[in-house]
Amino acid sequence: MKLFNLYIVLTCLLLLNGLNAQQTPAKPQSEPITIEGATAHLGNGKVINNALIMFEAGKITFIGSANTKIARKGKIIDAKGKHVYPGFIIPNSTLGLVEIDAVRATDDDAEIGTWNPHIRSLIAYNAESKVVESMRPNGVLLGQITPRGSRISGTSSIVQFDAWNWEDAAVKVDDGIHMSWPNNFTQGRWWMGEDPGLKPNKDYSKHTKTLADYFDEAKAYLNSNKQPKHLPFEALAGIFNGSKTLYINVDDEKGILDAITFIHSHNLKNVVLVSARDAHMVADVLKTNNIPVVLNRVHSTPNKDDDDYDLPYKSAKLLVEKGIKVALQANGQMERMNTRNLPFYAGTVAAHGLDKEVALQLITLNAAEILGIDDAYGSLENGKSATLFISEGDALDMRTNKLTHAFIDGRMISLETHQTELWKRYSGKYTNE
Amino acid sequence: MTKTTLAVLMLFSALLINAQEYFPKNDGVKTTSSAPTAFINATIHVSHNQSIKSGTLLIKDGKVVASGTNVTVPKDAKIIDVKGKHIYPSFIDLYSSFGIDKPKRQPRNRGDKPQYDASRTGYYWNDHIMPEQHAMEQFKFDAKSANELLKAGFGVVNTHIHDGIHRGTGVLVALNINDGNDQRIINAKSAQHLSFTKSALSKQAYPTSIMGSIALLRQFYYDADWYAKGMSKTKDLSIEAYNANKNLVSIFEAGSKTNALRADKIGDLFNIQYIILGGGDEYERIPEIKATNAAFIIPVNFREAYDVENPFLTDALQLSDMKAWSQEPNNPKILEENGINFALTTHKLKSPEKFKSMLLKAIEYGLSKEKALEALTSMPAKLLGQASKIGSLNAGTYANFLITSGDIFDKKTKLYENWVQGEQHVILDMNQKDISGDYEFSLNGDTYKMTILGDAPKLKSKVATGNVTLGSQIKYADDWVHLSMTTKDTTTQDFIRVAALVKENITLQGKAILPNGTETTFLAKKETAEIDKSNSKTDKNKDVKVNYISKITYPNMAYGFETLPVQETLLFKNATVWTNEAEGILQNTDVLIKNGKIAKIGKNLSNSSAKVIDATGKHLTSGIIDEHSHIATSSVNESGHNSTAEVSIEDVIDDEDINIYRNLAGGVTSIQVLHGSANPIGGRSAIIKLKWGASADNYIYNNAPKFIKFALGENVKQSNWGDNSKSRFPQTRMGVEQVYIDYFTRAKAYDALKQSGKPYRKDIELETLAEILNKERFISCHSYVQSEINMLMKVAEQFNFTVNTFTHILEGYKVADKMAEHGAGGSTFSDWWAYKYEVNDAIPYNAAIMHNQGVTVAINSDDAEMSRRLNQETAKTVKYGGMSEEDAWKFITLNPAKLLHIDDRVGSIKIGKDADLVLWSDHPMSVYTKAEKTIIEGVTYFDIERDKAMRKAIAKEKRILINEMLKAKNKGEKTQAIKQKKKVHMHCDYVEYQIN
Repeated sequence: MKLFNLYIVLTCLLLLNGLNAQQTPAKPQSEPITIEGATAHLGNGKVINNALIMFEAGKITFIGSANTKIARKGKIIDAKGKHVYPGFIIPNSTLGLVEIDAVRATDDDAEIGTWNPHIRSLIAYNAESKVVESMRPNGVLLGQITPRGSRISGTSSIVQFDAWNWEDAAVKVDDGIHMSWPNNFTQGRWWMGEDPGLKPNKDYSKHTKTLADYFDEAKAYLNSNKQPKHLPFEALAGIFNGSKTLYINVDDEKGILDAITFIHSHNLKNVVLVSARDAHMVADVLKTNNIPVVLNRVHSTPNKDDDDYDLPYKSAKLLVEKGIKVALQANGQMERMNTRNLPFYAGTVAAHGLDKEVALQLITLNAAEILGIDDAYGSLENGKSATLFISEGDALDMRTNKLTHAFIDGRMISLETHQTELWKRYSGKYTNE
Repeated sequence: MTKTTLAVLMLFSALLINAQEYFPKNDGVKTTSSAPTAFINATIHVSHNQSIKSGTLLIKDGKVVASGTNVTVPKDAKIIDVKGKHIYPSFIDLYSSFGIDKPKRQPRNRGDKPQYDASRTGYYWNDHIMPEQHAMEQFKFDAKSANELLKAGFGVVNTHIHDGIHRGTGVLVALNINDGNDQRIINAKSAQHLSFTKSALSKQAYPTSIMGSIALLRQFYYDADWYAKGMSKTKDLSIEAYNANKNLVSIFEAGSKTNALRADKIGDLFNIQYIILGGGDEYERIPEIKATNAAFIIPVNFREAYDVENPFLTDALQLSDMKAWSQEPNNPKILEENGINFALTTHKLKSPEKFKSMLLKAIEYGLSKEKALEALTSMPAKLLGQASKIGSLNAGTYANFLITSGDIFDKKTKLYENWVQGEQHVILDMNQKDISGDYEFSLNGDTYKMTILGDAPKLKSKVATGNVTLGSQIKYADDWVHLSMTTKDTTTQDFIRVAALVKENITLQGKAILPNGTETTFLAKKETAEIDKSNSKTDKNKDVKVNYISKITYPNMAYGFETLPVQETLLFKNATVWTNEAEGILQNTDVLIKNGKIAKIGKNLSNSSAKVIDATGKHLTSGIIDEHSHIATSSVNESGHNSTAEVSIEDVIDDEDINIYRNLAGGVTSIQVLHGSANPIGGRSAIIKLKWGASADNYIYNNAPKFIKFALGENVKQSNWGDNSKSRFPQTRMGVEQVYIDYFTRAKAYDALKQSGKPYRKDIELETLAEILNKERFISCHSYVQSEINMLMKVAEQFNFTVNTFTHILEGYKVADKMAEHGAGGSTFSDWWAYKYEVNDAIPYNAAIMHNQGVTVAINSDDAEMSRRLNQETAKTVKYGGMSEEDAWKFITLNPAKLLHIDDRVGSIKIGKDADLVLWSDHPMSVYTKAEKTIIEGVTYFDIERDKAMRKAIAKEKRILINEMLKAKNKGEKTQAIKQKKKVHMHCDYVEYQIN
């Protein structure tokens, strides 16, 4: 009850002072900030106890031990007993593309048609989404906004979660193309009364051939005088010249192996597998080919009755042990609102055998490296963006993931949301009555 | 001649053949012939357990006159010597659709509105109940199918219209091709037929689920009773038909062991013992199947081995399907061993042609031949009460019998003739000689060597002269052999033709026509009969042991138990114990459990008989209770009506859901399996303990508190069901209130009438609602926004009861004070929101705010994934809203126990309560913790070490079975593409569609 009273006091104070306007993006960092005394989890596997972190104009200028004799600059935040983390990163996300799942008018995540490489997520990204802002109090500060559906669903962009509009939000524009590998199995449409069971997909080779043909045609077009203009093929140029990453969504073992053959035969350089449920079965091949994996949702049920009950919890570990670069994502039912649980996905992975700091890496530096934003994000390092947060405790554990401060590019962002506002309003209702 | 005239003429002549004594005759003089026929020197199997060597079967006018060794053959009898041959009563199939067209489903069009009312008047209110339907009215004798069945040994089938839940009456018909229906029909109303599946011919929505089908049947029987007493004011031809046929046996298409048990329970309620069409999986739950006391009709469609060469595809194959392949042929044997009465059927086989090989397989796996014959003759006859007419060759029965070359259950045995009602149907000419062998003959100075191979009529020939092998073809019928062959001159395409009669000692004698047209005599004699190798081969085959048979586990799938785990006396030493009682969290404490209860809590406990578990550094808690779950059930929503209080999840518990095991691995011990949220008044709940391995009924709590699901908001007003779903009341929240007021008003009136002692029509739905009014049943109401939450409390207050629980209750924080005052509990999600418009204001602080206002709060799952991490979910209330850890823990243990009225038994670690415990590796709400042991009533249902061993065993078993399947394919057995059963993860919103 004591804790509760504290909240009431806090609430009243906040109400008196007027709430931080939620969703109002923070101004650029105007003065240096120093965080002292926290345990800094660098995101690259390393930890600094009693750390000193300083940042200025949005960039980290110092990170090291608080015992270091160096002048503290600007505003000093005493973070003794607290923990500092780089902002968490969610790859393969539809945040900002859909607001309410059941309301079609708010739904902008999947275009019709089969070949949509030219479709760009960024321009539909709703920087003012109430769902997006709810990521921040849990430490999820950056995301790769990705279209869904189709064989090639479109082009993603990477954004940060405190912006007035999509242009402000953009961290990396049009970073990758997303594609779904044909499925080796087909499933009955149970909602039409069909048996929901899986059967081998008779059209699998037809679909893979169509896909290969499409890439061949695109390549031929790009080597030609490009007349008349072909928008989808133009959009694919980046994956042939290596300036964009190709993300292949594929789950089953054979699909993964076939996708790797496809990558080689089309001479594709930057490829990442997404979801990759069976990746642990072909880990050696993935390692040999040096292909990173953005793994399926940790909090999911195993695919088959026979599977180990903890398979989705431990598959990241099985891959990391083989030396594969792994990041986590949230694709699936209610994925957007669920994305704020990304830190707990990493926590669950740690519970099932992976070192905590390595588990943290799956949602920080690994994700940044895979997305190609590790020059600025993903770890606490000198010269990198001051995109980080302070948590009262272990941010991978639900009980202690309690943010006191969060910064994106040095800007101290609001941790208020539509939800905290309602919490305070109704807590206040009962206290005042 | 037009086709029609031809058909008419044929019909006419058919009538003439079948002319009955009182029929006029215009094409000649009236003649009758009823000479008896005697089959002598036969081995006669008079019935499944009586056979006679060298006996005589005497038949006359389609009936058996006598069978035995001392039968006097009348002088006028036609005598057929069947020396060395066997005579059996012909087979009976009780489950057939012979002569009935399969009802065709009406195509569904886009834009079709759901149909809630019946399509007809004067009949029962539900189109799928059709006791007035008579198969006889649709029956058309189908000679082609009859021939197939005759070839498979069947003489009589019981056929019905395979459509609907109550399907009306069947007809028992003899497969007598020569006569007409006047002879064939043995019983035009042989049995009543039922199933759980809706009619393909009606689009009436109700029932949409199997629990709806169950409830519908129950209500129908009550209504029939009410009608029989003359209490109905209106005409109901369906009920009248049912009441008129009440004394017929009822055959229920269950199609699986699980549904067999469900059907039998309906019957028990109304003193009806169904004969049950099984699924071939009865062996998986034999004690329960036996306890039904039902007789079964058992299909023998043993599945083909799966194609397992491709390891990628094979990976999708699940252990349960592999085991089924290995075990299914065992089913008849196991039924026999357990004394369960059963008949066999061709149902589910692609063609009756497959029947014999399947039957032989069952025998190979241990079904006795006597039982097999019984299951095909006397048992089906007895089940339909027709043993005096069919199923044996006792005097007076129909002359329905088979003539075979030997033991009918031997692979080599040939079925020669199938006599039905004294009419002969020749399958194979029994006088046909065995002409296979080697021959030598001369033509035009050349010597030819010929080998005839195979069994008549499918013969092959090989002819050679000198070094030249000739192309040849052979045909053999009616003792004539026709052979054509090329000449030794390979440069030309000339042929020699031979026509020869088979004479004594297998001599082929006739003529040959040479390419130039000259005819010459042909004579070829079979060389000395070769030693029959086939006999020695059969003997050898008999010694071949049946393949590896996978062991049955409970449930019969991955992670099933070979032997069920037992209750133990356990002593946990030195644990951190979360009591949920005034003692709070106790450090370094021992807990003793005995006889399924918590016996002692304290320091330094000892017990000589207890198994000691070192819990140092570990945490011991009471088991997690999920107030809102949809696992372990075959259906969730009955969405066919806006109120479905008559349906119950208790009827449809699924004890083979792997999510049960996964929940145990997450520390869950008890759950409320709720009906979904498709309608304002949903179905009744099942409150169960996750006793993995038990059969469905044993999951349910003893004296389980009675609960029912209600629902508000978008789901019940069908907001997200598409534009076609706008015809069911209510479509607004305003309407939802009126649904409740209407039903409770009626329930009140119903209960008053019932209490008054006056006659009343038993109505399961209103009876259930009256229980709510009488505070015997409690509501768990799916709810989101504050207006509707408030509304339901006001409706309840108007009718003087309390809403027990609001589940989901995502805006509970807005009316927490009102809830507390009303006395309603709140069972909510930790952090779900934004999936529907009505959850826009859902906040993760909800649990904390409600708790702080004095509401009893639980954190629930509604989801098979989240339910196995409820400890993490409740931990989120520490983050959101600052709950103390001790109170947060109660959100998933003691509080749901209170909400479910089971807190006197579970929910805390208190002496005397059920020993439902979880041992955690770490703080139970830490993200890093794992459940190591999950115990229910002293039985360890999940053990992390045992789990590891099971994984290895599963992998090994799959390896063995894959090898067995490869062996089967190598032997030439047919195989099938792999399939993987998929269960759909069910949430509140999940509306199933019946697969017909």
